[in-house]
Amino acid sequence: MSVFAFYLFAISAITGGLFTVISRQPVHSVLWLILAFISSAGLFVLLGAEFVAMLLVIVYVGAVAVLFLFVVMMLDVDFAALKAEMAQYMPLALLIGLVILMQFVMAYGSWERAHGAAEQLAQPIPTDRHNTEALGLIIYDQYFLLFQLSGLILLVAMIGAITLTLRHRKDVKRQDVMLQMSRDPAKAMELKDIKPGQGL
Amino acid sequence: MIGIEHYLTVAATLFVIGIFGLFLNRKNVIILLMSIELMLLAVNINLVAFSSFLGDLVGQVFTLFVLTVAAAEAAIGLAILVCFFRNRGTIAVEDINMMKG
Repeated sequence: MSVFAFYLFAISAITGGLFTVISRQPVHSVLWLILAFISSAGLFVLLGAEFVAMLLVIVYVGAVAVLFLFVVMMLDVDFAALKAEMAQYMPLALLIGLVILMQFVMAYGSWERAHGAAEQLAQPIPTDRHNTEALGLIIYDQYFLLFQLSGLILLVAMIGAITLTLRHRKDVKRQDVMLQMSRDPAKAMELKDIKPGQGL
Repeated sequence: MIGIEHYLTVAATLFVIGIFGLFLNRKNVIILLMSIELMLLAVNINLVAFSSFLGDLVGQVFTLFVLTVAAAEAAIGLAILVCFFRNRGTIAVEDINMMKG
């Protein structure tokens, strides 16, 4: 059963990745990317990392992919023109991909576990508590500074994104509350006493 | 039985697909950013696979940090993209030579 689930998730992850790259429409690319993320979350569940799997779904699918979708739909770009020269780069891309794949095969083929590695584990996976609890116990204990730092990275990213995209348009009339509050009848109104039978 | 090699193969394939996408879509910055996300995802699969099969929880902690950096990078990259598109009206990469770097 878990073998079947592995092959299902693995094949859908790779398919999602491949079609993300070669799809003609950017919106389709984002949707294939979401498939790749969700399949990878399934792989993480099979590996026993439930917390990271749920985080992947929430952060990647819920935030990053929606951000991509938002930008793709908001920008009015002629994607057909950008895709026109895709076939031109195909041989180079295939060559480089193949070379790097060969390097991976060689690296993995010669990899073996070092002697005595089992005694040097930094944080052995505990068997008496589940994944989220164990992860929380070490994140908020030993890796607390790194955790804070990652929060700081997110803060900087948020401020940077806002600073980059915020603009004040001069030609738009906005409500100015202070200006409204400081109006008084003496400055805003003028009373005229018009005599009967005469114009102004 | 599914061993660590299977997971490493999936991760390597996804990483190579990411690099393939970088070279295939050299003009479209959005797809370039998505390819980078795919490569980071492959790294995460590697980290979690090693964490699970070697019995060490630190790999999953590192996955968390990679995830954070990937999210921040996507947000900043897309913000720069929106800003650039607003100024130039295009996102073609080879037009980005204003700074003559």
